[in-house]
Amino acid sequence: MSIKGQAYIVGAWEHPTRKAPDKSVAELHAECARGALQDAGLGKHDVDGYFCAGDAPGMGPLNMVDYMNLRVRHVDSTDIGGSSYIALVAHATQAIMAGKCNVALITLAGRPRSEGQHTGTAVRVVNPAVPDSVWEASFTPNTANLYAMCAMRHMHEYGTTSEQLAWIKVAASHHAQYNPHAMLRDVVTVEDVVNSPMVADPLHRLDCCVISDGGGALIVTRPDIARGLKRPLVRVMGAGEAVKGQMGGDVDLTYSAAKWSGPAAFAEAGVTPADIKYASIYDSFTITVLMQLEDLGFCPKGRGGAFVSDGNLISGVGKLPFNTDGGGLCNNHPANRGGITKVIEAVRQLRGEAHPKVQVPNCDVALAHGTGGLLGSRHGGATLIMERE
Amino acid sequence: MTDRKLAAIPETTDSAEFLAGAREGRLLIRRCTACHKPHWYPRPVCPFCFGNTEWEAASGEGVIYSFSIQRKPAAYAMAYVTLAEGPTMMTNIVGCDFDALRIGQKVKVAFSEAEGGGMVPTFTPLP
Ligand SMILES: [Zn+2]
Repeated sequence: MSIKGQAYIVGAWEHPTRKAPDKSVAELHAECARGALQDAGLGKHDVDGYFCAGDAPGMGPLNMVDYMNLRVRHVDSTDIGGSSYIALVAHATQAIMAGKCNVALITLAGRPRSEGQHTGTAVRVVNPAVPDSVWEASFTPNTANLYAMCAMRHMHEYGTTSEQLAWIKVAASHHAQYNPHAMLRDVVTVEDVVNSPMVADPLHRLDCCVISDGGGALIVTRPDIARGLKRPLVRVMGAGEAVKGQMGGDVDLTYSAAKWSGPAAFAEAGVTPADIKYASIYDSFTITVLMQLEDLGFCPKGRGGAFVSDGNLISGVGKLPFNTDGGGLCNNHPANRGGITKVIEAVRQLRGEAHPKVQVPNCDVALAHGTGGLLGSRHGGATLIMERE
Repeated sequence: MTDRKLAAIPETTDSAEFLAGAREGRLLIRRCTACHKPHWYPRPVCPFCFGNTEWEAASGEGVIYSFSIQRKPAAYAMAYVTLAEGPTMMTNIVGCDFDALRIGQKVKVAFSEAEGGGMVPTFTPLP
């Protein structure tokens, strides 16, 4: 049984804040829920399914359903890091198909910027209860160097260069200049990126995403309910999810879980990468984008460097417009989890509601893909394909 | 090049025998008694076939699979090393000029004394 066409994304809302020292994480979740329901034209009492992940305080659904005082008959708190929210759209669709809920609310929020989390280089302390932590934490792997080792290996095997990676940031910055909420709105050049300070070889400061407060929410509902609302119709076409780790020591840093989640999503949707008019691609680091594009089949493995060069990801310039909100690299990476903003910008594109300077003409099929956790050790991948009806 | 002190590997039911070997300068890995494949990180249940596994001494030699130099606050070389026996393990490369490191370089185990005692399996380039 396929999820194709079985549910619609009718509400999508991104919190405008990028620094929220005076709001709690729970409050940000609730504001996002309110925003997405208003966007959909639905009310609080319509929600009967709640979906969240590890950024939600306490025990997720227990604390947040109570905080928002929802009356739900289905909950799901699958946590695969920043990719969770992309998978949760598929899970919500499955729940709707099974009759477990009619109106699914998905929320994400966090404030790592206000809380002063130096996420990328933060030391992970040894946790004897986590099996891999026992053997790894002593070496102080962190977010930046775990992604950097993927970049180093990709460069070694395929000749990928720092200049090619830099083009990904350049494209994101071209889009961010039109987003008044984006943290980084200045257009940057390849030289700006490669001349920025080295964080973890071969990744420079501008190869990294921003650290921001904020959040977002999505409303997924039944086809008949969606048709009764006043919003453009965006339907779920296909999805895939996967987890990739060290495979018992058969470590291969040249590909991501997208290699598995991508084909599953394309098969279910009945489309190919050539059909995708707009792609939201998780951009915790430039290397994340490059590897995912290859693994999703937008170009052959090892050719990502050439594919992203010369503005090929810039809307109106290249063949594959990506992250037209500025993405995690320039706009927003709330809770250090970029999955929900990936879906939100894809919905804007499919509705024709992206900024006019970056709106893809006749955008009928879009993809959102996320990588959650740590690309260089263990991570989740989630792919979602959506269509404007 | 002065290397920083690393946090100790905690002693758990899975790590106790490894740590005893490390104190004697032996790098222990686990191999499956059913499919005979070695793996990393060590687990009593084989990650390939769910068979039982047992400790054996590895040669301690390998090659750098990938690495990254963390620049701040204290520089260190994060790495994956592929052991001669097959598995690739996360580690640090120590006792060397970080800027001379390259993928494919031959390395050998160099146990580093951890904070508060115990040995951590780092690696150093072979001459
Ligand atoms: Zn086995």
